[in-house]
Amino acid sequence: MGETESELVARLRAGDEAAFLALVDLYGALMLRIARSHVPSAAVAEEVVQEAWLGVLAGIGRFEGRSSLKTWILRICANRAKTRGERERRTVPMSSLAPEDDDAPAVDPDRFQGPDGRYPGGWAAFPQAWQALPEERLLARETLGCVQDAIRGLPSRQQDVIVLRDMEGWSAEEVCEALEISEANQRVLLHRARSRVRGALERYFEAAAVPA
Amino acid sequence: MTRPGLEVTCREFVELVTDYFEGRLPDDVRVRFEDHVELCPGCATYLEQMRTTVRLTSRVDERERRPEVAALLETFRNFQRSG
Repeated sequence: MGETESELVARLRAGDEAAFLALVDLYGALMLRIARSHVPSAAVAEEVVQEAWLGVLAGIGRFEGRSSLKTWILRICANRAKTRGERERRTVPMSSLAPEDDDAPAVDPDRFQGPDGRYPGGWAAFPQAWQALPEERLLARETLGCVQDAIRGLPSRQQDVIVLRDMEGWSAEEVCEALEISEANQRVLLHRARSRVRGALERYFEAAAVPA
Repeated sequence: MTRPGLEVTCREFVELVTDYFEGRLPDDVRVRFEDHVELCPGCATYLEQMRTTVRLTSRVDERERRPEVAALLETFRNFQRSG
């Protein structure tokens, strides 16, 4: 623990409101984002964050600094969000009843030529380049919404990894530590997640394509 | 398409992209990966799409909102009172 961090911990234990607000400032938005990736609405995500903070306050006395405070807080949040997400899915049918398909191929095998093709394992038809799309189209709210929906539909471990790596810009090491997974596993999850998001974008752009 | 001389098929190529980005491909595989993308327009497009996917994901922040600080503060105060 850095000096600032142990100071914050000590102040939080003493019930210091300013220390609490400092932590909310540091990690609140990220917690909300993690929560949002597991539950069907922003309102529920905010409840999850509240619960997570209660967990932090209840547990801070036992926090030993074996992981960083950030990692510890985010893990509490991710756990609450997962539990809540599972419960919500039992009551509200959600699209994200996604199976844990960590072995699924990155691209539908039908997109490649079979053993009798001219080039077995080669593309049956090349994917369509997106570079032709104007930048404003790529970054349009709707496109980013498609990315967000795709991420929300991922199995939860893939969601955690892609949110932290690609949305938050964490390093592989930080993600492994926070989620307690191996480096190789982290890469598999990231690969599945990115591949699925790419597939969703491809379908989105194809569906939206206006015939010339 | 997999042409003669290419030792990685397109179907294999798409599974190597993340390891390539992460710098985790063994040297010999990386060379074959780069040879492949050089000669295969389909996989060049695919690689670019994966780059774009990562870039777009990093731009998803429209839903990031300030958490309800007031509500959290109340949670904190209630906790302190009950504790």
